[in-house]
Amino acid sequence: MLSRVAENLYWMARYIERTEDTARLIRVTRFLMLDFPGTTTLSWSSLINITGADELFNEHYDERNAQNVLTFLCADRRYGGSIMGSLAAARENLRTTRDVMPREVWEEINGIYLHGSKLLSGTIDVRKMDEFLHTVIRGCQALTGMLDGTLSESPARTFCAVGGYLERVDMTSRILDVRSANLLPRTADDLKPFEQLQWMSVLKSLTAYQMYRQQVRTRVRGKDAIRFILLDETFPRAIKRCLKRLNGKLATLPRSQDACTAVSTVQALLTRENPEELYGAPDQLHQFLDELQLGVINVHETIRKTWFGGVDSPAPVVDMPTTQQAQDA
Amino acid sequence: MSQIDWNQYDPNAFYDELIAAPGRPRPAAEALCRYLASLGEQDIKGLKEAAEVAIQVMGITFTVYSDGDMIDRAWPFDIIPRVIPLNEWRTVEAGLKQRVQALNMFIDDLYNEQKIVKDGVFPAELLAKSVNFRPQCVGIHPPGGIWAHICGSDLVRDKDGTIYVLEDNLRIPSGVSYMLENRNVTKRVLPDLFQTSGILPVDDYADQLHEMLVSMSPRQAEEPNIVILTPGIYNSAYYEHSYLAQQMGVELVEGSDLIVGTDSCVYMRTIDGLVRVDVIYRRVDDMFIDPKAFNPDSVLGVPGLMEAWRAGNVALCNAPGAGVADDKVVYAYVPKIIKYYLDADPIIPNVPSYLCMHDDEREYVLANLDKLVVKPANESGGYGMLVGPHSTPEKRAEFAELIKNDPRNYMAQPTLSLSVAPTLTDEGLGPRHLDLRPFILSSANNTYVTTGGLTRVALVKGSLVVNSSQGGGSKDTWIVDTDAMGGN
Repeated sequence: MLSRVAENLYWMARYIERTEDTARLIRVTRFLMLDFPGTTTLSWSSLINITGADELFNEHYDERNAQNVLTFLCADRRYGGSIMGSLAAARENLRTTRDVMPREVWEEINGIYLHGSKLLSGTIDVRKMDEFLHTVIRGCQALTGMLDGTLSESPARTFCAVGGYLERVDMTSRILDVRSANLLPRTADDLKPFEQLQWMSVLKSLTAYQMYRQQVRTRVRGKDAIRFILLDETFPRAIKRCLKRLNGKLATLPRSQDACTAVSTVQALLTRENPEELYGAPDQLHQFLDELQLGVINVHETIRKTWFGGVDSPAPVVDMPTTQQAQDA
Repeated sequence: MSQIDWNQYDPNAFYDELIAAPGRPRPAAEALCRYLASLGEQDIKGLKEAAEVAIQVMGITFTVYSDGDMIDRAWPFDIIPRVIPLNEWRTVEAGLKQRVQALNMFIDDLYNEQKIVKDGVFPAELLAKSVNFRPQCVGIHPPGGIWAHICGSDLVRDKDGTIYVLEDNLRIPSGVSYMLENRNVTKRVLPDLFQTSGILPVDDYADQLHEMLVSMSPRQAEEPNIVILTPGIYNSAYYEHSYLAQQMGVELVEGSDLIVGTDSCVYMRTIDGLVRVDVIYRRVDDMFIDPKAFNPDSVLGVPGLMEAWRAGNVALCNAPGAGVADDKVVYAYVPKIIKYYLDADPIIPNVPSYLCMHDDEREYVLANLDKLVVKPANESGGYGMLVGPHSTPEKRAEFAELIKNDPRNYMAQPTLSLSVAPTLTDEGLGPRHLDLRPFILSSANNTYVTTGGLTRVALVKGSLVVNSSQGGGSKDTWIVDTDAMGGN
């Protein structure tokens, strides 16, 4: 498989995952708003924090109200991480790799994009918001399902999976980071009246609430939620599981030693930390998540150097077995 | 849009591809016309919309350079197919094979012995001034003497029904993917007709192309690695490049994906490292394929590619330099070229052409600019032309100057009354002018012609411009075996 194609597929998968995660986050925040009259500004603002796009937002908008935040996160093409921005980027990445992708995948992504553009033409109609988010989430699920159901076990599939897992780790850690900043008690007796409800929203934005319930079976508490999101070995969006899968996928690629080592370094962070400690100390949690994100960036850099190859670093000549060629072709 | 009544349809004295006279469909189009007439207003509207949706969902697009952000537009398509009877098509097919065979012999001769020039059949002066002659290609012998592996010839029909070759495209002809997609859309929209109408299939093109490319590989003992070289997503034909790569299951590469090694072999950069490439179906113009040999500023090409080709380590399809034979002035010599190499008369005639380099013909052209179409030798896409009857005196004076300053660069042809076919436009059903571009594949041991080709249609009433970049549309092309028609 061409290095350029591998890179495009990797990014396509990252953008699809980002689109879906952003849509989930917005949806659950909206529902939470309905339960929290009066504290809305704070929460809409935290959505911008999660994305790390504060600067860009401030450049174009005055106030962090529902209308502005939703417009920015859903429809603003100037922000590459907005839903329509990510979808457009995924579509562009796929445009140059249509030859290796099942045709339905292109039709699906094109369909979501066109449908989404239609629903969001002009300003955002809050009444159409749920339909839009629902369409996007379903569309992304359909896409990942299609990749799973129609793409042969091949490097194309591997790079899609790698991009998806890495982005998921990234987005999950961001959500945990910013959510936690508002939620964790700063002092022992600084009890937040709606703590349980807020942690439920964190879980729900990861679609983790039901699975959490089945595992934990007590009322939702911060430290249990953190442990579940970081360390659960069965939940598909838990960081530990994503990293394990990521490592397994990378290992199937040629010359994967460096990339696997980079993932192992991130995995080691998880075994070191004790969720009780993190729960008790917001600053520590923040620092931990920072390390995790640096680890993610390092994994990405290693992947880029190993397989996406720049002009200056030609890889060695190899003789590929004929079957492999047929598969890649 | 109202119900279709063929008695009300008037092709206005033009030759109509479907309707012989008001109310009288040609035999091969009878089933189609009967079916269309049976549809109600709402049915027709429904079909038109279904086609539009199919095109949008299937993402069939083409790119227009000047379009800014909107880099791809939905492919303009008319649901009423154009019909050609099989017996007529057999003759056209034979004529195209003959023509391309002669052209390949001509190109090979020009880059080697130049016998045709020495024998005084093709003027040395013409060759000397040819813009598409590539000195870099002199002395090269591609396998089988094939230079134009893929040719797209444009055919038109005049008012008496005669089919002419209007031009040959031997560089990097486009459009075959749209021919295939038109059929896919038509099958979705008019499925009932395919059961009974004796329509010949078109979908083996990708197989035929692949087979031809494989046969060109310099490493015949091994399973060859074939790639399509594209200039990238901003190229107007990018859709086609990716479509063909997909259909053939080969890599779609850009110049930066390839590298020429110190062994003068071509490699592509893959996740496994460098992998040797045997055949390149290149969709990048000659002047941009190798900055070392041609335009040094090109970033689309691969440095050293020409050297690898010259060494016989990689096949380039089409071969660089093949365009020497699609010059519009060379075109005028094709009947002589056929006679010279094959000792036969052309099966499909040329449109009568006047070469401005010959004094008497130039005088005639200058005196009759208002009746003629004047074309520069090396433009494509309908650019730089003068359509005499539709021009202004100022424009004609301008062209008279251009011709006098560079007679070698211009030729002229009488304005043809291009044939028409019934077309559903926003203004309703009406006759619209059209042409046809079949594609011919040539390898050392086989020649293949597509079943029909890409029909392009001028959607604007009375217009003769069929290029999609200038507002033209397209139709599915049916080669109909009237003997195989049944069930009606």
